Amino acid sequence: MANNHLTSESKQLATWYFSFAAIIFGAQLLFGLVAAIQYVMPGFLFEIIDFSIARILHINSLVVWMVFAMFGSVYWLLPDETGIETVGIKIGKLLYWVFVAAIVIVVLVYLFIQVGPADETTIWFITEGREYIEAPRWADIGIVIVALGFVANLFLTGMKGKQTGIVTVLMADMIAFAGLYLAGMFFTDNITVDQYWWWWVIHLWVEATWEVFVGAIAAYGLIKMIGARRQVVEMWLWIEVAMLFGSGILGMGHHYFWIGTPEYWWEIGALFSALEPLPLVAMFIHVLYDWGKQQGEQNALGEKVSVINNKPAFTWFVLQAFGNFLGAGVWGFFHTLPQVNLYTHGTQFTSAHGHLAFFGAYATILIGMMYMAIQGTNGIKVMKHTKASIWAVSLITIGVMGMTVALTIAGYVQVLVSRAQMGATWAGYFDGQSGMWFAQAMDWRLLMGAVTFAGFLFLIKDFLSTGKDAAHQR
Amino acid sequence: MANKSVWSDNRFWQRTAAWVTGFAAVLLIWLTFDTSAQISMGTDADLKDGVTKRVPGPTVINYKITYEMSTKRGHEVPVIGEKEKFFGRDDWSEEEAAELLHLGKLGSQAKNCMDCHTLLGNGAYYAPDLTKAWLDPAWGPEGSLQAMTGKNTKEEAMAEFLQHPSQYPTHERMMPNLGITEKEAIGLVAFLKHMSSIDTNGFPRNFGKMQGAVHGK
Repeated sequence: MANNHLTSESKQLATWYFSFAAIIFGAQLLFGLVAAIQYVMPGFLFEIIDFSIARILHINSLVVWMVFAMFGSVYWLLPDETGIETVGIKIGKLLYWVFVAAIVIVVLVYLFIQVGPADETTIWFITEGREYIEAPRWADIGIVIVALGFVANLFLTGMKGKQTGIVTVLMADMIAFAGLYLAGMFFTDNITVDQYWWWWVIHLWVEATWEVFVGAIAAYGLIKMIGARRQVVEMWLWIEVAMLFGSGILGMGHHYFWIGTPEYWWEIGALFSALEPLPLVAMFIHVLYDWGKQQGEQNALGEKVSVINNKPAFTWFVLQAFGNFLGAGVWGFFHTLPQVNLYTHGTQFTSAHGHLAFFGAYATILIGMMYMAIQGTNGIKVMKHTKASIWAVSLITIGVMGMTVALTIAGYVQVLVSRAQMGATWAGYFDGQSGMWFAQAMDWRLLMGAVTFAGFLFLIKDFLSTGKDAAHQR
Repeated sequence: MANKSVWSDNRFWQRTAAWVTGFAAVLLIWLTFDTSAQISMGTDADLKDGVTKRVPGPTVINYKITYEMSTKRGHEVPVIGEKEKFFGRDDWSEEEAAELLHLGKLGSQAKNCMDCHTLLGNGAYYAPDLTKAWLDPAWGPEGSLQAMTGKNTKEEAMAEFLQHPSQYPTHERMMPNLGITEKEAIGLVAFLKHMSSIDTNGFPRNFGKMQGAVHGK
C-alpha cells in the first residue's frame, strides 16, 4: 500500500485480518438476504441454495469474520500495549494464509456439495451439521492449529514485552477461547450429550470469552481515543472479567433447560444468566464521566480541551456499549427465565436476540477497530466522520434494530399461536407461520435487511476512501 | 498514595476476577460430572427392567412412546409403554437398534437438518421443531401427513416423506430433496423416535394436545 505509515509488522498483519473480515462480513449479509427472501418467497433458489445452505453460510461467515477481526484486533494492539514487535510474526503471517485457504475451501464445499451420505466421510469432509460449527472435521483441526499459533504469538509477546492488564486479560481469555473449540470436535449418537458439549463452544464463546475479549478491546480503544486513564479502565476491566465470567460460565444453564439435562439447570441457568447483563455498560459510563470531568477541568484552566481522535471508531464503540446492553442484556433477559423460555425456546425470539446481540456486542466494536487501523495505516492524528461513515453507521444501526423488532413480533406470534395455542406440532407450526402478523414481520425483516446491506456498502466505500480524505488532521 | 481504598485497587479486582472465574469453572465442571451421569444413554436391560433413564437406550424403538402429564413433576414426560412394531418388527436387538440410531444421528448431521429445523429446540426456525415429531398426531393413523403418503404406518409414512419431500408439499414452504436413501430414512425415523423418548423437562408444552381455535375458527 502506498503511503503506508505502519512500521510494525504486527499491525500490517492486523490489516490483512481486517480486510478479509470485511469481505466475509459482506458474504454474511448477502446470504442473510437470501434466507430472508426465502421466508417471503419460499420458491426462491429452492433446491439450488436452500434455506439451510444460505443459513449455514450466514451464521458461519458471521463467526468467521468476527474471529478474523478479533485476531486482527489483537495483532493491532499488541505492539502498542507490549512496546515490542509481536514475537513469531512470520508464522503468524503463514497461519493467516492457511486460515484464509481453509475458509475458502469450506465455503465452496458448503455451496456446491452441500450435503453428503449419512457416514463419517461427510462429517470429515463436507459438513458436521451442527449449527454454527458446521465446518467439517479436517477444518476443525486446521482451525485449532491456527488458533494455537495465534495464542502462542500472543503469549510469547506478552511475556517478553510489557504485560499490561489488558494483555493479561487477553492472554487468559484467548487460551480459553481456543481450548473451548475442542469441546465441539467429537461425534456421539446421544443428541443430549451432543448438545451439552456443543454449548460449551457456542455459549462459552459468545457469552463468556468473547464478552471479555470486547471488554479488553473497549479498554484499549478508550485509552487510545480519548486518553482514558489506564488505571481506571483496567480496574473496570477486572471487574468486568469477574462479573462476566461469574455470571456467564454458569449462565450456560439457560441452554440446559430442555435438552434432556436435569431440572437443577432451571435454577442455575435462571439465576446466573439473569446476572449477565449487569457488567455490560459500567466501564463505559465511568470513562465517559471521567472524560467529561477532565474536559471541564481543562476548560476551567483555559487549556485546550482533549478531543476524540477517531470519531467514526468512537461512534462504533459507543454503539457497542449500548448495543451490547440492549441486544445481549435486555433481549437476552426477555427469554432467559425457564417459565418464559418453555414457550420461546426455538422461536424467532431467539433469532431477534441473536441479531441484536451479535451486532451490538461484537460487530460494532470490531468495525470500530477497523477504523482505528485505517487511522493508523494512514498516519491520521484526528480522524473525522465522512458522509459515507455517517450513512454507514446510521443505515446499519436502523437496519439491524428494524430486523430485531420485526423478528421479535414474529416471535410473539409464534409463541402465542404455534406454542401456547397449538402445542408446537407440525400443524401448529404452520398455523403460526401463515398468520398475517408473522408474514408482515418477515416482510419488514427483509426490508430492514436490505437497509443494513445498503449501510454495509457505504461502510466499504468509506473504508476504501476515508484514509485519503483531506478533512482529517494529519 | 495514602488512604487508598481497596475498592479502587486493581490488584484486588484482579484477584477477585481470578477467584470468581475459578469458582464458577469448578462448579461447572462438578455439575458436568453429575449431568453426564444422568444423561448417559440407557440400555436394553434398563428398558426391560422398567428403569427410567433421561435418555433411553436405542431399543426404545421396540416400544410405544406417549407424552403424558406427570402430576408429580408438573409437566409432561415421555412414557414408554408396551411393545410396538417398528418397520414390522418389535424385536430389534440392542446392536441393530444402535446401528439404526447411529445411522440416523449421522444422517441428521450430514443433511444439515438443524439448519432449517430445531432439534430439542435448537437449530433454525424455518421448519417445525422435531423434538417430539414422532408423537405428532399428523403422522398418526388419522393424521393428514400419513394419509398424504398413502402408507399404513407412522414410520413408513415418515420414511417415505424423507426420501421424496418435494413430492409431498404441505405448504408453500417445502422441504428440499436431500438425496436421503431408503436405509438412511429408516435410520432417521429411528433417530426421531428415540429423540421423542428423551425426558426434556416438559418441552414442548402441550405437544399434540391442542386442536383448532386459530383466528376464531
